[in-house]
Amino acid sequence: MKQVSIKEKACIGCGLCQVYCIIEHSKSKDPIKAYKREQPRPLSRVRVETNKPHSISIRCQQCKDTPCVYACLSGAMSIDKETGMVVHDAEKCIGCWTCIMVCPYSAIKPDISRKIVAKCDLCPNLEVPACVANCPNEALVCEEVNQ
Amino acid sequence: MTKYLIIGGSAGGIGAVEAIREVDSVGTLIVISEEPFPQYSRPMISEYVSKEATLETMKYRGDQFWKNNNVQTLTGRAAVKIDLTKKQVELEDGTKIDFDKLLIATGGRPFVPRLEGREKDGVFTFTELSSAKGLESKLEQSKNAVVIGGGLIGVSLTEALVKRGISVTLVELKDHILSFILDEKASEIAEKVLSEAGVTVITGQTVQRILGRKDNEDVVGGVVMTDGVEIPCDLVIVAIGVIPRTELVKETDVKLNRGIVVDRFMRTNIPDVYACGDVAEAHDFLLNGNRLLPLWPLAHMGGRVAGYNMAGKNVEYAGGTAMSSLKYFNLPIIAVGDTNPQELDDYKVIVENQPEKTVYKKILLKDDLIVGFIFLGDIEKAGILYNLMKNRVNVAEIKEALLSEDFGIITLPESLRQKLFVVN
Repeated sequence: MKQVSIKEKACIGCGLCQVYCIIEHSKSKDPIKAYKREQPRPLSRVRVETNKPHSISIRCQQCKDTPCVYACLSGAMSIDKETGMVVHDAEKCIGCWTCIMVCPYSAIKPDISRKIVAKCDLCPNLEVPACVANCPNEALVCEEVNQ
Repeated sequence: MTKYLIIGGSAGGIGAVEAIREVDSVGTLIVISEEPFPQYSRPMISEYVSKEATLETMKYRGDQFWKNNNVQTLTGRAAVKIDLTKKQVELEDGTKIDFDKLLIATGGRPFVPRLEGREKDGVFTFTELSSAKGLESKLEQSKNAVVIGGGLIGVSLTEALVKRGISVTLVELKDHILSFILDEKASEIAEKVLSEAGVTVITGQTVQRILGRKDNEDVVGGVVMTDGVEIPCDLVIVAIGVIPRTELVKETDVKLNRGIVVDRFMRTNIPDVYACGDVAEAHDFLLNGNRLLPLWPLAHMGGRVAGYNMAGKNVEYAGGTAMSSLKYFNLPIIAVGDTNPQELDDYKVIVENQPEKTVYKKILLKDDLIVGFIFLGDIEKAGILYNLMKNRVNVAEIKEALLSEDFGIITLPESLRQKLFVVN
């Protein structure tokens, strides 16, 4: 299963992972349109945390034990049997925020305007997730891990 | 080949099925489910009333769930007796089913006080789909509703009714709504938001009796409050809470307190008999003892643990605590643990209040351990707090930073990050 791991020592807190996440999850895939025209603006599913001089980039870690799946009220959060990934079905999501309550990384974001949550989907349309591909310092690594 | 039998096809029963099948793919698995519907998400009955969900979208698992897990379902049938010696469960038509391992996941029933007039047409409870359907079918011809009970269920229903254009009076006996999970300040914010949405919130008293209509005494026409004031209405919904459905074990040796008492493996005192969900008194990690906690996520997690252990895989229940997330009236709230203790002497309380943004956060610490928190308006970091609390992490070093805007995984000492989180 794919997982994005974080090399804390290499992270410079530039925030480009957030920028590319927003663009990849926009309708237009265009930075200007994604940031200035799309309403509601797409959310970054990545969060850069800073505690100077340290910084890290946080996203869903595809936990082996999946508290969000077990807590989900509607069945929107599930484990994909083939890939082992934790997947979120936006159509089934009712925005109850229960998954946010239990996520150890606080990696699930409330998308208040759409009344659903958003989380890292490892960019299903890309070979390498956008945040990893565009990290200038190779602080993010996408690798296969055994579950 | 092990014969598994589960009574109850909701959150707990489904969790158990999934866990059993992870371990044992060949044992026979029977689920008895009283409700005559495919499995669905009970918390979504308010979405059903507001018409934001249909029976199709309410399905908690896909249509093939039972088939894929090789489960024989007895839907719309009720268990009436458990014979622990013969290891048999009897259904209402006399059918007897043998078991090697039994899970009692019968849930709870809505509590209805002895109110005069409670038999009238137009009085509902609100915990399952059939009651939601009955209520929904009345909405077209209704204008006003009185919801008794300002807890989670009452507030969720109130929102659904408001969305359907019904004028709602929400009645709560305590001084504030949601008082079980919130403190006074947070409750007041929630009450203000409800009032702004047109809801009449009455606290500190309750409904004394339900009145009939002038032209038809058998149909709801209004209620009389404790102070004698009459409120005309077409619907009364009792949403006070649930009580465990323990009747199946009442005449047996299964140990009962208010619910069925289970250990950390969801076992009752009787070998091969397990219980989970609203019917069970299971581990509370904050209390470090057993407690009724009728919450959907905990029912599902308890069911999983029961299922693993029934199938022979030793798994311990980490436990839950009072924990709720609310989305109603566009006011996100997450509240966990001991949020409003009577005596504050032993506690350290950290508060952030930004009324202009409708943000209120409060964390309660005891001996440098997080024992409760309320996040209102800004809930994103609630999960980190919950996990620090659940893992009993001493936060002495970082307590000043817990409510800072930059708080996150990065705030935690490196040793802890390595231990609890996969950060390289």
